[in-house]
Amino acid sequence: MSRASERRVLDEAGGVRAMTWVMAIMLFLTMLAAALGLGTAGAARALDRQLAGRLTVQIIDGDPVRRDASAARVLATLRTLPEVTRVAAVDRAELTRLLRPWLGSDGADPGLPVPAMIDVDLGGQDDAAVAAVARAVRGVAPTARVDRHETWMSPVSGVMRSLTLLALGIVLLMAGATAAVVVLAARAGLETHRATIEVMHMLGSTDLQVARLFQRRVAIDAAIGGVAGAGVAIAVILLIMTRLQGLGSELLDGGRLSSTDWATLGAMPIGFIVLAMVAARATIVRAMRTTL
Amino acid sequence: MANIVQFENVGLRYDTGAETLSDISFTLRSGAFYFLTGASGAGKTSLLRLLYLAQRPSRGVIRLFGEDAVLLPRDRMPGFRRRIGVVFQDFRLVPHLSTWDNIALPLRVAGMPEADLRQPVEEMLAWVGLTERAEARPATLSGGEQQRVAIARAVIARPEMLVADEPTGNVDPDMAERLLHLFESLNKLGTTVVVATHDLHLLNRIPTAQMMRLDHGRLLDPTGSLQYPPSPRAEP
Ligand SMILES: Nc1ncnc2c1ncn2[C@@H]1O[C@H](COP(=O)(O)OP(=O)(O)OP(=O)(O)O)[C@@H](O)[C@H]1O
Ligand SMILES: [Mg+2]
Repeated sequence: MSRASERRVLDEAGGVRAMTWVMAIMLFLTMLAAALGLGTAGAARALDRQLAGRLTVQIIDGDPVRRDASAARVLATLRTLPEVTRVAAVDRAELTRLLRPWLGSDGADPGLPVPAMIDVDLGGQDDAAVAAVARAVRGVAPTARVDRHETWMSPVSGVMRSLTLLALGIVLLMAGATAAVVVLAARAGLETHRATIEVMHMLGSTDLQVARLFQRRVAIDAAIGGVAGAGVAIAVILLIMTRLQGLGSELLDGGRLSSTDWATLGAMPIGFIVLAMVAARATIVRAMRTTL
Repeated sequence: MANIVQFENVGLRYDTGAETLSDISFTLRSGAFYFLTGASGAGKTSLLRLLYLAQRPSRGVIRLFGEDAVLLPRDRMPGFRRRIGVVFQDFRLVPHLSTWDNIALPLRVAGMPEADLRQPVEEMLAWVGLTERAEARPATLSGGEQQRVAIARAVIARPEMLVADEPTGNVDPDMAERLLHLFESLNKLGTTVVVATHDLHLLNRIPTAQMMRLDHGRLLDPTGSLQYPPSPRAEP
């Protein structure tokens, strides 16, 4: 049958139907969850990139003179290492500023045994390079500590991975719930259109022909709802992203959605519409097997 | 002429009650014209439902187009049903479709291209006198008009067998005659016609027709034994 006539066999009236609303709400929530997941995953990746191969050397010494001497030696040694791409002593004034919330103005006291700190960037992030640097540092300053940033940022990465997984879980649950709603809607539709379906069967329609009538109906309802829900979701996501950019946080900036992320989000309404059609078709074909 | 339909000791029981149809045995010859009569509740509609595959019998054998219709698998039903045109007693028009689209439905189901629909549908509309009402929805049609749409839909695909349940119950005598003439034309083209009716006047219109009479779910005379009008006096 032609598309136009096919569509008209089942009732067209009724305006915005329950299915449309459900699809709109489901897609709105799902896309927000997906955006959160994609953003967090992106931020986690950015964080990994930033932290990988970053070290801090701490030189702890009660005697400020000895400490500064050790620091100078370590700096000099690090500059000669091929693994090291950048070395910078953390500025004392900067360190004092960072400590002020804990130490108050006492932090500025030069007599205070504040450790000397040196930031080191490695070209790569392999353990061998880290070990070589640590060995070289200890060769000139036995009391120095070498910390990998990854180690102390790993709880943050862990939280981000959990958030990403949670978002993925929500997306999957939403897809399941949507399929369930479509199945219920299709059953209700079968009931509503029972007389018409029987006539179509008596005129020699196959189950697939009848299922296609519903599929078209469901596809149209789902598409209207899906596009509406997706549109609102994208508007909300864009709004949140501009607000986040305003914060100027390096960590949150890593959560900016890439074009791949946007493509994934854009595919979600299509995926949900296809899901709705498949669920409707399966329900109807199965229900009809029990009829004559 | 071959047999198009064969019933052997067919019984039909709805739910758990008494049998609505019992020991029904008859054969229909391909290309013949049959009337099925009987009092209201005698089981005419039930028998026709078996004939157009809307219902499986509780017992007995039904052969249709030379094949066992009782054991016919579901996926072959559509093919069989497309060979049968049905006028339902309650019309069963699709409420959301116009007259035009209701009549075109069997052709569309059979996969006829849209471009080819126009000519047969419009011809059919003219035949049943509904050209003016082509765009009307069933709810806005009179009972008689709905019946004519139902008849047009049943015959448009030139079925091998036409099964009509009280097809003239709602139309005036002139239209009844016209519709009967339509059935007769179709019959002359080779379609086997089975018409259930209370209307004894109709029976006189087709002298070659044969009659089956149902009484309380049983067939009174073996098919073909009775011509109508019967040569001696009719039954009381
Ligand atoms: N789906 C059904 N379930 C249960 N009983 C039914 C069903 N359909 C029909 N019957 C019963 O079967 C009997 C025969 O009904 P049927 O409709 O075949 O009669 P009919 O001869 O067509 O009558 P009418 O001339 O009034 O149309 C009636 O007693 C009816 O109540
Ligand atoms: Mg009846």
